[in-house]
Amino acid sequence: MTVFCLVELDGPAGAGGAAGVAEASLRAITLGRGLAAGSSSTGESGAVGGLAAVVFADPGSEAGPGLVADLAAYGVTDVFAVSGIDGYAPLACARVLQWLVSDSANPGLHASPDESPYPSPASWGHAVVAAGTERGNEVLAHLGAITGLPMAANCTQAVDNGAGAYAIVRQRWAGLLLEEAVLEAPVALLTVATDAVAPVPAAVAASATVHHVAPSVDGGDLAVRAVETPAGAGGASLATARVVVGGGRGVGSADGFAPLEELAALLGGVVGVSRVVTSEGWRPHTQQVGQTGTKITPDLYLACGISGAIQHFAGCSGAKNIIAINTDPAAPMMTRADYAVIGNLHEVVPALVIALRERAAAAG
Amino acid sequence: MEILVCVKRVPTVGGAITLTADRRAIDTKASGFTISPHEECAVEEAVRLVERFGGSVTVATLGPAAAEEQLRACLALGASAAVLLETEPGAEVGPIATAAALHAVATGGAMTGAAGPGAAAGGAGSGGPFDLLLLGNEASDTGDYQVGIRLAHLLGWPAATGIKALSVDEAGISASASRTYRGALETFALELPCVVTVKEGINLPRYPSLPGRLRAKRAAITRVPGPDRAPAQDVRMTSLRVPDAPKKQATVLGQGAGAVPALVDVLVELGVVS
Repeated sequence: MTVFCLVELDGPAGAGGAAGVAEASLRAITLGRGLAAGSSSTGESGAVGGLAAVVFADPGSEAGPGLVADLAAYGVTDVFAVSGIDGYAPLACARVLQWLVSDSANPGLHASPDESPYPSPASWGHAVVAAGTERGNEVLAHLGAITGLPMAANCTQAVDNGAGAYAIVRQRWAGLLLEEAVLEAPVALLTVATDAVAPVPAAVAASATVHHVAPSVDGGDLAVRAVETPAGAGGASLATARVVVGGGRGVGSADGFAPLEELAALLGGVVGVSRVVTSEGWRPHTQQVGQTGTKITPDLYLACGISGAIQHFAGCSGAKNIIAINTDPAAPMMTRADYAVIGNLHEVVPALVIALRERAAAAG
Repeated sequence: MEILVCVKRVPTVGGAITLTADRRAIDTKASGFTISPHEECAVEEAVRLVERFGGSVTVATLGPAAAEEQLRACLALGASAAVLLETEPGAEVGPIATAAALHAVATGGAMTGAAGPGAAAGGAGSGGPFDLLLLGNEASDTGDYQVGIRLAHLLGWPAATGIKALSVDEAGISASASRTYRGALETFALELPCVVTVKEGINLPRYPSLPGRLRAKRAAITRVPGPDRAPAQDVRMTSLRVPDAPKKQATVLGQGAGAVPALVDVLVELGVVS
């Protein structure tokens, strides 16, 4: 079998050379590699365990040598660099994936995605994997809709049991529950949870071959297309930030966030909040961490005045380390954290800001 | 403007989740039911659009007879018609079958066999034709992330997902839908009719008014049989489990500002402070 992984890129779209593989995609590739390696199915070409990355990028810029090397380190043997699609159009991405999977045994056989029979016999036994991001989930949902195939969102495990049957584990309730399930399909469509599968490079890096493909896509598939504009006050996005300083009910007011912002800036991170904070209108919803907000996967989550509702844990359980500051030592956030400071955040955070400033001044 | 909003009855999850003995469902003996925050926002968005353009909001759900409770809650918020695609209690209908069933509602087909007049006749609004379909981005329980898109394909309509800001032009013929993605704002232009799945944050839903609640109590709900419990192609759940909570014993660094030196040491150890 060949596992095709839809790759999302970090960094500014269209800016030459700067983009890297998004961590969420590395997690998806890691799951895809396990699926390909453990496969008992043999594809038409006779190749077992192929791992292909599909990158929607100008081959002259983003899919440059650095990007290909990063993918090869994760075991990717083939990189399909797709050009000719201007901007992000979810349906066009799905159509190209359909075409690549159908024609993988014979690339270039069909000039356009519309001419590919699907699922063609050549595509049987293959899988398409994407990150469980907004883009990954919607592209695979489109692929499921145009092919009539089932799609399993936010998987944490997938095993090929042969004969088109896969044993999967996927997240429900944003990860608060796990579902064990059977997926039966000629082509498996899976997205991978962004906060549960650790990104692990291959034991031995692969040697990746780059295929430049420029499929012709029907205009209708490009009708819904994203126009990108930088959002808000710049800064790192909450979903990808390495440090998140969280604020909850204990912050008490919109003004109370100033010290948290200061702390986040000193730690090179961003501010995230609990649901009560956005309901109160203290902070915009874009900063909400949790089941209905953003899922975060920072190295450090510093949760200040957050008691820790179950829906909040659904958003922050992917954090590598949690430090909680709370007046209530019995709060769920305090008992599930790695480190706890018992105290009022309005006292602790300003004192921490001063200590960090003094430390920086002494070093500088 | 005729708008159809699709919602789903789900358990209200408070503290820890407990499963039934067969591990195939959440134990709801002690919990209430609700719809997801995304869906509450979808209803609110629909009601606001109808306040501006005229027309009506129809709300539909696929679920057990008890899901009438969720439909009435939506009626209280300003929807004027409701359709229940009734399934057996405890039945799980996958996203492919759900989209097909909702497709019948969206095209008016589901109501033609239903008791009572009004279906496909316009009037007080039920049966469309619809200009806009709104759903939550994902159901809070199964989180399949695909019903809206599958529905759009069945209808041949464009779709946008994960939307946190929606505006419809004065003429009511096109929409601009946006979301944030990796720190950038993504805006999609769509021609109506279209499918939009929304997320919490797109608006702040209102509380139901007293007249709204009284109206909802009396409102007629169109009931039609939903699909049976055997969705042929969908992913088949075998069992559920609660993931092992990391058994951590938090290291207490101290009390109040006195904990700051220890806190700084930890930050250095974690590599976030040099």
